[in-house]
Order: sequence, then C-alpha cells, then structure tokens
Amino acid sequence: MLDTAASSSSGPSPAPAPSGDGTLLSVENLHVHFRTSVGIVRAVEGVSFTVKRGEVVAIVGESGSGKSVSALAVMRLLPRRSAIVPQGRVMFEGRDLLGLDDEAMREIRGRHISMIFQEPMTSLNPVLSIGLQITEPLQIHLGMDEAAAQARAVELMKLVGIPDAERRLGQYPHQFSGGMRQRVMIAIGLACNPKLIIADEPTTALDVTIQAQILELMKDLSRRLNIALIVITHNLGVVARYADRVIVMYGGRLAEQGAAEAVFHRPRHPYTMGLLRSVPRLDRPRGLKLETIEGLPPNLAHAPPGCRFAPRCPYRIAACESEPALMPTDTGGLSRCVRVPEIISGAINWTSGMVAGAGAAADKRVTPLLSVRRLTKHFPVKVGLRGKKAFVRAVEDVSFDIYPGETLGLVGESGCGKTTVGRLILRLEDATSGQIQFEGRDLVAASSADLQAVRRKVQVIFQDPYSSLNPRMTVGQIVGEPLHVHRIMTEAERQKARVGELLNQVGLRPELAERYPHQLSGGQRQRVGIARALAMEPSFIVCDEAVSALDVSIQGQIINLLEDLQRELGVAYLFIAHDLAVVRHISMRVVVMYLGRVMEIADRDTIYREPLHPYTKLLLDAAPVPDPTIEKARAPRLIQGELPSPLAPPAGCVFHTRCPMASDECKAAIPAVREIKPGHFAACIKV
Amino acid sequence: MLRYAVQRLLLAIPTLIGVAIVSFFLLRVVPGDVVEVKLRGDGGAVTQETIDMERKRMGLDKPLMAQFGDWMLGLATLNLGKSMWTDRPVVEEIAIRLELSLQVAIMASLVAVMLAVPLGTIAALMRGTWVDYVVRIITIAGLSIPSFWLGLMIMLMLLVLFNWLPPITFTPLYVDPKANLTQLIWPAMAVGYRYSAVTARMVRSQLLEVMNEDYIRTARAKGVYEKLVITRHALRNALLPAITVLGLEFAFLIGGLVVTEQVFNLNGIGKLFVQSVSRNDFTLIQGMVMMIAGFYIIVNLTIDMLYAVFDPRIRYR
Ligand SMILES: Nc1ncnc2c1ncn2[C@@H]1O[C@H](COP(=O)(O)OP(=O)(O)O)[C@@H](O)[C@H]1O
Ligand code: SF4
Ligand code: SF4
Ligand SMILES: [Mg+2]
Repeated sequence: MLDTAASSSSGPSPAPAPSGDGTLLSVENLHVHFRTSVGIVRAVEGVSFTVKRGEVVAIVGESGSGKSVSALAVMRLLPRRSAIVPQGRVMFEGRDLLGLDDEAMREIRGRHISMIFQEPMTSLNPVLSIGLQITEPLQIHLGMDEAAAQARAVELMKLVGIPDAERRLGQYPHQFSGGMRQRVMIAIGLACNPKLIIADEPTTALDVTIQAQILELMKDLSRRLNIALIVITHNLGVVARYADRVIVMYGGRLAEQGAAEAVFHRPRHPYTMGLLRSVPRLDRPRGLKLETIEGLPPNLAHAPPGCRFAPRCPYRIAACESEPALMPTDTGGLSRCVRVPEIISGAINWTSGMVAGAGAAADKRVTPLLSVRRLTKHFPVKVGLRGKKAFVRAVEDVSFDIYPGETLGLVGESGCGKTTVGRLILRLEDATSGQIQFEGRDLVAASSADLQAVRRKVQVIFQDPYSSLNPRMTVGQIVGEPLHVHRIMTEAERQKARVGELLNQVGLRPELAERYPHQLSGGQRQRVGIARALAMEPSFIVCDEAVSALDVSIQGQIINLLEDLQRELGVAYLFIAHDLAVVRHISMRVVVMYLGRVMEIADRDTIYREPLHPYTKLLLDAAPVPDPTIEKARAPRLIQGELPSPLAPPAGCVFHTRCPMASDECKAAIPAVREIKPGHFAACIKV
Repeated sequence: MLRYAVQRLLLAIPTLIGVAIVSFFLLRVVPGDVVEVKLRGDGGAVTQETIDMERKRMGLDKPLMAQFGDWMLGLATLNLGKSMWTDRPVVEEIAIRLELSLQVAIMASLVAVMLAVPLGTIAALMRGTWVDYVVRIITIAGLSIPSFWLGLMIMLMLLVLFNWLPPITFTPLYVDPKANLTQLIWPAMAVGYRYSAVTARMVRSQLLEVMNEDYIRTARAKGVYEKLVITRHALRNALLPAITVLGLEFAFLIGGLVVTEQVFNLNGIGKLFVQSVSRNDFTLIQGMVMMIAGFYIIVNLTIDMLYAVFDPRIRYR
C-alpha cells in the first residue's frame, strides 16, 4: 500500500499493510541522511513503495537520485559511520527491518532478501574460490554440510548458465569474464531461494549482448521461481523489458510510480516525460534533434524548498514553490506534481518533437576528409612469466572513409578495437600496417613536422570527462592550453577572450573559467572537454564514448551540442560508442566492428532498417527499447557465448563461434568486405 | 611453481657474485689489516718479521688479484675460508651465532604477528574510538622507543621486581628449553614490540581500505556472520601486503640487532659483525656479508611464494 500522504515533512506513518494482499515488502516514508563535510545530504526523503510477491519493480532515475541508497537502506547495508535513517519503516513479511537487531537482520540477508550489485569485477572476493563464495550462504543459512552445499552450488551454476560447473567451482573470480561473474553473483543471490532480489544496476557494466543474456536469465528465473525483483537502473530500455511496475525517483524523492505500461505511454510527471523524450530510441524514427531536460540535477546538500524538479521543469508555476504531495493519477499510479490534473486532461502534452527528419547528408562527391585503408594493429604481449611473445590482434584490415562535415558511427562490443582505431587515427599509437590519409597526407608515414600540423586539425573527446582533465588546472587554463602549446595565441588578453568565446559556444558561463574540474558536474566537464577540442578549430574530432558515462538527460544535451557545433563549424566526427540508439541518432553512416574487423558499413537508416550481417542483426536485437509493449511482446534472439580472445581469434570468419548461420565454409576463409548494394558493405559469405 | 623457485635461485647467483666482488674490494680500501690489529693492538712490541710471517701465513702478502682469486675459488666450492682472528672456519663461527640470532628473529616475528594482527584489526574496526587512539599510542611508542632502551627497561624491571636476571650464556633450545627461553624471550619481546608497531599500522590501514571494498558489501549482503566477514573476507586480503613488511623485517633482524644483543649480552650475529669489523677480520666479514645477502634473497623468494599461495591471482610458471 502506498503512503499517499508521505512527504518530506513528517506525516503520520500509515497502518501496517495487511499481508493478505500479497504484499512482500513495503517501504514507508523512508528518509536517509548522510553526514558529510559539506553538511547533511538528504539522499532519500519520504520514499514509499510496495513490492508484491513475484513482482518485478523497477526504480529509475538519474545518478544521485537516491536509488542505491534506498536499496541499501532496505538491506541495512548503509555505511554505519555516516548514514542516518531518521524516519521510515521497511516492512517485510510483517516485520519492520529497521527495528530488527543486527543478528535478526543478518538472518534475513541472503536468506530472504538477496542483493546483486553493479560492478561484477569488484563484487566478488578475489582470494576466495567461486565455490566457497556460492556455498557460503547455503552453509550459513540452511546449515548444509560441505558436500550438499557443493552439489547445490553446481546446480545453481548450471541454472545461471555457467558451463563446466564442477571444474569452475574451484576457480577464482579473476578467471571469469564480467558476464560470467555477474552470473555467479546471480547464483549467490538465488542460493537460498530468497523471496526478494534487489539488483542495483545489474547490467550497466556489461556489453549489450551480455546485458541481454543476463536480463533474460533474471527475468526467466524470477518468473519460474516466483521471486520478486527490484531492478535499479537508469536504462529505460531495461525497465521496459523487465518491469511490471516502475518507480521514478528524482532528487531523493519519488516523482512518479505506476504500472510500466502506464508510465511509459502515459507519464504523469514532467520529469518522466522529459526522461522519455530525451533518450534516443531505436523503435522510433530518428528525430531531427533530441529534446532534453535542461539544467542539472539538484544538489541534495542544499536543496531548495518546493518541487525538486522545478528549476528544470518547463511547466513550472508559482504553486510549485511549495512542496507538492503525491497525487493519484488516472492510470492508477502516483505523481508528485501540482499540475497532475492538467497533465491528465491533456492540457500539458508531452508527446512533442519526435518529428522524423533527415540530417545533413554528407556530400559524397567531394574527396574524403579521412580515409583509412587496411589498417592493422597488433599489440605484442608477453604470455606467462617467461615472456613468450604473442599478439593481441586489436585491429585487422579495417578500411573506411569519413567525408567533411560527416559523422561516422563506430559500434561493437567492448574489446572489439573501436578505441584502438581512434587512437591510431590520433597517432597516439603506431599502426602495424595500413594507411590513414587525412586531407591527402598519409599519417602513418608522416614526418613529425607534418604531424604537428595535422594534430591541430584532429582532436579528441574522451569518455571519462574527469580523468581526462588535469585536476590542477582551471577550466580556463585547460581550454586555453592548446592555444598556448601550438603558439596560436600568445597574448594573455586575446587568449582569455577566445576561451570565453569557446565556453560560450559549448553552453558554459564564462565565469566557470576560474573553476577546477572537481567543482563541475559530469556534463559540465564533458563540455569543457569539447571546448578544449574546439580551441584548435579542428576539421575532425574523434569522440570516444563521449556520452557513455552521462545520465540520459545530460547525454541528450551533449549530443545536441555536438550536432549544433557540426552544423555551425562543419567538423566531421568519428563517433565511437556501444549504445546503438545513440549512434543511430548522431551518425550519418555506421561501421560495425567485431573482434578487430569490420563486419558491416552502411548508411544509418539502411543499417538500422535492413541490416545484412548476422552480427549486426543480433546486436540490434539485443538492445532493449524503452517501450514495455514492444519489449514484452518480443523474444529477442540472443547472441550466445562470449567474445573470443583477441589473442587467438577464430579462423575464417571471426564471428563463426557465435553466429547462428555459421557453417563449415565459414571456418575456411576470412570473408572479404564486399559492397552488396551501393554504399552498403558487409563481410559475410551468406549475404 | 617449483620451476619458478629454481629459476629465481639461479638468477640470484650473479647477484651474489656482485656482492662478493664489492665486499672484497671495499674492505681492501680500508687501511690496516687483521695482523696489525692482532699483534700491535695493545701496543706490544712485535718485530716486523713476525708480522710478515703472520701475513704470509694468512696469504695477505699475495697480490690483491691473487687473493681475490682465492676468495672467489673458495666461494665456488662453498668454502668461506677461515677466520683470520680465530683460525676457525668462517662457517663454524657464523653457525654458532646464527642459531641464536635466528631463534631471536623467529620469536620476535611471532611476538610481532601476535601483537600486530589483533591490534591492527581492532584499531581498524573501532576507528575513531578511544580503542583506536590507545592502539595508535602503543604503535607510535613502538616506533619511537629504541628496542635497546626497552631492553634495558625490561632488565631493570626484572631486577627490581623479581631480583632476577636472565641467564647470560646461550643454551640451545633442544638442550634445555627452559634455560633457552628464559634467556631469549626478553630480547624477542623488546624487538618484537617495535617490529609489531610497523606491522600493526599497516594491518590497520589495509583493513580500513579492504572494508570499503565491494566484496565486503557482497559478503554482508549474503548474511555472512560479521566475524567471518572480517576473518575470512577482509583479513585474507588485508594481510597480503603485511607479508612483505614481515619478511623484510625478519631478514633485517638477522644481523641487525647490534645494540640489543649488547644489552642482553647475547652472542649473536650482530655482535660478531662488530667484532669482526673492529678486528679487520676480512674473511669473516666477507663470509657474513655473503650469508646476509643470501638470506635476503631467500626471504624475498619466500615472500613471493607466499603471495602466490595466498593470492590466487598470482601464479608462477
Ligand atoms: N556514503 C555516502 N556519504 C555521503 N553521501 C552519499 C553516500 N552515499 C550516497 N550519497 C549521496 O546520496 C545521494 C543518492 O545516492 P545514490 O542512492 O547512490 O544515487 P543513485 O543510486 O540513484 O545513483 C547522492 O547525492 C550521493 O552523493
Ligand atoms: S510541481 Fe511544478 S515544477 Fe514540479 S514537476 Fe510539477 S509542474 Fe513541474
Ligand atoms: S561468414 Fe558465416 S559465420 Fe561469418 S557471419 Fe557470415 S554466416 Fe556467420
Ligand atoms: Mg546507484
């Protein structure tokens, strides 16, 4: 039962939920505060929700909105030194978990409620065997002896799809890939047949193909074993595939909650609307421009009174300055917005934009700006202690062109060589063989003086805006540095003026020039990175996962910025990313790579509408779209297995180990990249 | 792993040869030799003839390179020669003392581990409370009080309180355990305390770091008993770096306890070192340098092997 009166002010606690209606967990008016050096951070304020037996509930929201903190509060795993829970109840099967003593709570953890965490690489103990880590809860909670626990562990590993379970029991986490480790985490979570599993961003750190495998597994297991699931995520596609019900959080509060179908098709809160508008989607025609939520999420240490979303809300009115209550909606959910009646009546309409429109097509008659031919990069590595030489075949025989003012998307699973291609073009790495022609000059063979000139015209934007900015330099110094290094502008006055101009161009106030990177948000830092790249007036920018680390609403802002700059300045982009929807939105043509090789190249619309290569087809199939109706109706074909090691790529077609169409001929020879239709290339013998 | 160990030991040979060369020539740079110290030490009148004869007997009259050749040849056949002062084989001279020094080192290490692990652990778990501050005071004291001074205090205390002093002659453990332990337990405690301070601080900081790791959260989320979370999940990871500190300190204790040995009147390697240096007993000094170098190599190898045992991510082929 939901506490409709719950607000940040201390409302009276509602009566305990009657347990006859199948309610398993009910969180009531939960508050969590952190004591920090900057004061009290109100991370969660008055959150209430319920989970029924066997139900799948998703919690979505931008990072910092309090999703993880709420989950950890339920598990009573918040850091003891800094976290306080001043108010609230967490009723689980008739008991208030917040009132239990430590030992009683320990008995519930892992036995009745399990938790799966985001980071599979660090969530398993590196010095304990997988077997021990799976059998541990069995022995502790169920009192199984060693042999029984081992047998059950093998059973669990088979259940979550870990092949060769008996042998792998004795192995250690570092011998497992990320996807396999997440399966181990799921096996641990399932071990004692819990009633509820809380999964905090369970697939965020994984590739699309592995993500799809894990999602299917979890969904299937929860249905079969009737386990309730709380999935925390910021990926709306994941929510659509999974959830029966959705809880949207913003700024530590519940913004909206309701049935998945309702929230996605008839959102009743302006933030939910904004969120749904700002994701690039594979299931809709590509809009000319992404709509975004302007501004930044609130700072929870100094949150202003009234609606938390007000500073970014386009429908803000005077009444929003007082705290809105949770209002029941026509769709059976709840929304914390004063204008719910108008939203319901349609006076505030959320479906705008989304107009299909053609982006500027690249002019193919001109000569390419950048032309890559047969590019190959092998990294020598030492295998074993004796240092036997081997080669990681990061990039093999890659060819493509980029035209002036064009965006070429480069997609593929992590480790397929995308970043290396970018680094080779930037000459941060020396190619093993092949050519890179930039404006008619071969960069591979260029002298260092020639390179110096080219370096000014080729710039880069990295994924992690934080680690790529020098923490000891101010924003102004960072943006002005290239001007200084390349001696374009030496006078301090002109340099300062130019920096101001650049910051303006990327949508930052010029005053920010005095700040240091740690004083900026992720989106602002990425803008600084873009301003620095623009300082040299480049004709080409490599964007390596430039928006991957950003939240949906911020990601939309940055994508729009990149597009605006392209129209204004005519720069070409090589846009490297693993998110297919983002790549489709921004690119004019797309290159699909797998294990160092090009699989397919085509126009954006062609490749998304009529993909030819089996890998592209599966990749597109694996990506969830933010629409529960579509997601629940389809059964995606999954890419089986994992990425083979680039140290020993499969013979013949590198994809044959995972290709559903593979036959013996595929193992015989490496398929050439052929032009199947004009401008549409694929490397597969069966197309 | 065995192959790896053998490889490492073979690779140690060039290092040892280097040590042999450096120690030999460095000693020869110092003016004077053992014969002068021995025969003229107390200002006695000894003829040049006697001195020359003695030098000849010891081979000190040969050209430098010939002496060096003899020393290296001896090394190759594992023969360290004879002490120039006592005429007894160097190996024997070292062996008598090594027994004592090794035992003190081992006992001190045990004291250190037994103090450091619980102290470091409890300080980490009770960070910021009075317990943590008490441990901090104990460890800072351990770092700043010299062990010989602590040794003196212990002796004084024994004398004042019990009117008793530990025996001053060494009895091997297997001959008379009681006599042996009543003599060596005190220096082991004095030294072990200091040495536990370094380790305890290390254990504390490592454990604090490990307790923040994601896998500790996972263990708690599984409902593992808090005691097991600490011993099985946290300490196993936190103690790994302590192995290095313990090992290197242990190697230092052999031969590094010059003053403490003096205080407790122990006839150990430290004392032998001082003696042989003041007597210019070249062969003995060289032999001891080789022994300690070899010891460091073995300790280092042992540390690496222990890592491989405790950390499955490390495997040697
Ligand atoms: N240990 C902590 N100390 C102080 N603040 C914290 C701590 N953990 C989380 N927070 C703060 O709580 C808020 C919510 O965080 P979190 O629940 O992790 O967000 P989400 O999971 O939605 O991304 C954030 O402002 C975050 O900075
Ligand atoms: S209460 Fe006002 S500011 Fe807040 S979401 Fe509703 S309309 Fe926007
Ligand atoms: S060549 Fe064969 S294995 Fe490779 S993609 Fe085509 S069908 Fe699949
Ligand atoms: Mg989180």
